[in-house]
Amino acid sequence: MIAGYLYPPTWLHRIPARLKLLILFGVATVLLVQQDWRIFVAGLAIVVVVYAALGRQALARLALLRTLTPLLALIYVLQWYTAGHAAAAASAARLLLMIMLADLVTMTTPMQAMLDAITPLFRPLERFGIRADKIALAVALVIRFVPLLFDLWRRRQEAWRARTVRRAPLQLVRLFLLDTLQMSGHVAEALEARRIDRQAVQGDVTRQQER
Amino acid sequence: MASNTDTGDFVRMCLFAALIAALGLLPKFDLPFLAGVPVTAQTLGVMLAGVVLGARNGALAVSLLIFIVALGMPLLAGGRGGLGIFFGPSGGFLLGWIPGAWLAGFAMSRFPVGSVPLRAFTASIAGGICAVYALGIPWLAFVAGLSLPAAALVAVVFVPGDVIKAIIVAVLVSALPVSQLQAGR
Repeated sequence: MIAGYLYPPTWLHRIPARLKLLILFGVATVLLVQQDWRIFVAGLAIVVVVYAALGRQALARLALLRTLTPLLALIYVLQWYTAGHAAAAASAARLLLMIMLADLVTMTTPMQAMLDAITPLFRPLERFGIRADKIALAVALVIRFVPLLFDLWRRRQEAWRARTVRRAPLQLVRLFLLDTLQMSGHVAEALEARRIDRQAVQGDVTRQQER
Repeated sequence: MASNTDTGDFVRMCLFAALIAALGLLPKFDLPFLAGVPVTAQTLGVMLAGVVLGARNGALAVSLLIFIVALGMPLLAGGRGGLGIFFGPSGGFLLGWIPGAWLAGFAMSRFPVGSVPLRAFTASIAGGICAVYALGIPWLAFVAGLSLPAAALVAVVFVPGDVIKAIIVAVLVSALPVSQLQAGR
């Protein structure tokens, strides 16, 4: 839920990403059909021990889960009202357990390893014109764009604040959106000039001609 | 011009994925339209992606963002990310963004009745609310063990905020040059 890679590496980092993902989805499937709250509480205890085994830093991550409290409380109350305390405890504990398990995988797997583990799953999508090898480029671009967009927004905002103390109007968002679209044109030109996307684009064109 | 080529489409897709992320990470009080409302602006980005990029590219942009979140980047509102999201109560709403952007783009291009802002508003309601909730509510009911009506009750709190976002999409889109609207072509 609260993502972030854990550094320095631990024993859990050494397990291959694909194996961790398989175990995660296997355990999740089994947990989804369980109804007894005691199983989930036992599971929570085990997972906390695993967090502790990863070190103090991993244990500290558990504190970040408290943002879930209002939602879990709401689910507990609704469940308690309709199905009683045992069912309510089971639902809340199951949710918390699954989130903690998934976070374990995210915390101990570098993004590149995760990308390598998941990209082959996109091969079947190639028949819809989505190229698996373009995905890595797309991921890199998005991660680069996020700070750029912040910068564009901050510039628009500073220009506004330099002129007035009134709150920024919706017009500012519109200009930001135009900046954004303009930037996409520039980036596309830069990619084409460097032929970074050449093979991928040629692939798309031949595919379109084949149709 | 490059923005009319496949590379252009590809870059816009990446840019909108980043835009949805940026909308969620900006401090709330910075946004001129959401001050004090307990919702994120990210669904605004999802509606925009569908309406501006069209059904296919809008859905791809959202899928790309969700994929990066699954890889572990904290790109959701409040700096959330990682696989835990998908097992959490809001996992269905997140996955619902994909059909949501698709439906918004589809409605925008296939029902060209009325003015551009009106179409953008209707498309945003159809995609950003109907499609997203259609996946989100059953998922919430399933993972939280709630009945469907109880799950809908939890979700209904967010409807007013989403309607405001659809209105904002209409205002923003009406001011865009027509050449930038792929779904409107």
